[in-house]
Amino acid sequence: MNKLIDMIKGPISFKKLKKYFYIVLGLLVVLDVALSLLHLKHPAFVWDKMPGFLSLYSLVSTVLIVVISKAIGHAVLMKREDFYD
Amino acid sequence: MTDIWIHPALLFFLAACILPFVNEKLRPSIILGVPVLGLLTLLLVSQGMHGVVSLMGQEMVFGRVDKLSLVFGYIFVILAFIGMLYALHLKGNREHVAALIYIGGAMGAVFAGDLLSLFLFWEIMSFSSVFLIWFGGTKKSSDAGIRYLFLHTIGGILLLGGIVLHIVQTGDSSFVAITEGGWAGGLMLVGFLINAGGPPLHAWLPDSYPEASVTGTIFLATFTTKVAVYALARGFSGTEMLIYLGVFMTLFGIGYTIIENDIRRLLSYHIISQVGYMVAAIGIGTELAVNGAVAHAINNILFKGVLMMGMGAVIFMTGKRKGTELGGLRKVMPLTCLFYMIGGLSISGFPLFNGFISKGMIISSAAEAQYGPTALLLTMAAAGTFLSTTLKLPYIVFSGDDKSLKVTDPPKNMIWAMGIGSFFCILLGIAPMLLTALLPFDVVYHSYTADHVVGSLQVIAFSGLGFMILLKKLTPESTISLDADWLYRKITTAFMWIAARFAFLRYIT
Repeated sequence: MNKLIDMIKGPISFKKLKKYFYIVLGLLVVLDVALSLLHLKHPAFVWDKMPGFLSLYSLVSTVLIVVISKAIGHAVLMKREDFYD
Repeated sequence: MTDIWIHPALLFFLAACILPFVNEKLRPSIILGVPVLGLLTLLLVSQGMHGVVSLMGQEMVFGRVDKLSLVFGYIFVILAFIGMLYALHLKGNREHVAALIYIGGAMGAVFAGDLLSLFLFWEIMSFSSVFLIWFGGTKKSSDAGIRYLFLHTIGGILLLGGIVLHIVQTGDSSFVAITEGGWAGGLMLVGFLINAGGPPLHAWLPDSYPEASVTGTIFLATFTTKVAVYALARGFSGTEMLIYLGVFMTLFGIGYTIIENDIRRLLSYHIISQVGYMVAAIGIGTELAVNGAVAHAINNILFKGVLMMGMGAVIFMTGKRKGTELGGLRKVMPLTCLFYMIGGLSISGFPLFNGFISKGMIISSAAEAQYGPTALLLTMAAAGTFLSTTLKLPYIVFSGDDKSLKVTDPPKNMIWAMGIGSFFCILLGIAPMLLTALLPFDVVYHSYTADHVVGSLQVIAFSGLGFMILLKKLTPESTISLDADWLYRKITTAFMWIAARFAFLRYIT
């Protein structure tokens, strides 16, 4: 437990983290393709049959969510903090 | 087995009555003891109808005990214990009293077997919970409390209108699946949806919860919306319109979490998003979907509690509530950071954490019932959840731009409360059968298949990649976000303006 706390408190090397992260991303896509080829998936829809679909879809979703929310926010919703005062 | 039925609501109400008269030293054992006693009564009671009373020609059922009401009862007493532990350090007893009445109301509502007693407890919840907002102690909390009451009073009247019509039309006041359309069903549905935070009548929630006291928010984030989910599951399961509304809620809530700067308001929008999953699943209405909705309500109470307690601890220790004013806290509040991240991984559906089980059930139920776009959009919201709650917010608060704030982790009682919540998040993730055995329907669902695990991990990892790419765009901005409460504010201001014009009348009377 103390080790874990020291890790949280200590300096985090984002560069190192990034490297491991990219490896994880690659591994997940490989695993997904493998599951598709070995017919270990239970596809309910067409897109479930496409290997790596969820990876691409999640990335695109995230970008869309941020870009659209910020665009609507800046255009209409985000106001100065004293707006109601 | 002998039927011992002590209504758990009664225990909470009794505790609220005696608390003002007891010695301060006795207070902890009462507020922590009542949830334990409540759990005991729930473990002893047998399923069936208890506490049937005839009142003015109406039959009122105070204790309908079945699987659906019991599972909500269990989680309510568990959260009551955690919330009371989190609030143990408070000097006075007024917050404890309000919370005890509020919890009693929630208990009464889930065990109510007829519509009139449901309404009774529904109103007790509204009028006790508003005090937790007022105890925020600022001008803003007092105003937000009034708006909260305004909306909930309207919701209560609509619900009562629906109930009365229903009883007149059918001659039956029992609370079972409400099948007829028309005004009776429609009014009740709107009444339930207001408490569930369904747009466009949702704005009371992100308007008021962030203004409540740090300890009060934990109770607020739990009871009102989840009792509404219970009522929807009981009364309106399979209502197709709820699928569309629920899906909209998941994405609507996420959108606001991207632009919001107030840390508790961000989490409040997240409540709407999460309740959206439950509402959509209730709309799908299959046995797997309703099980998923109930499981997600239970899990959500746990991880949302942990998340709110984490951000509450940050506000309690630093006195700051805006993302733009916070940063670098992992160095000084490591335990809070750790528990917050456990809550974050749970809400994002990371395997081995509880959210993985229930979110998986809901998305699988949508796929099984051939709702393709629903399954896709709920997955999109899952990506957004990880992005905003588990990456953006903790990055800003615990890491990011270090503001060198001189604080420490919060008092021990708050740490323990977060710890117990986190423990349950992990326990139900590792051993899902502990929860699935309690769900209303017997449906077989396998959470830990290679397909599910790899799928969830992809959603989480690739939304993480999106976060890295968009990090600059996600820097907090010191703004507030407009929402439908803009309209209530205008209405109340106009009302006050008109009332002031008629002020001369006081000289006449």
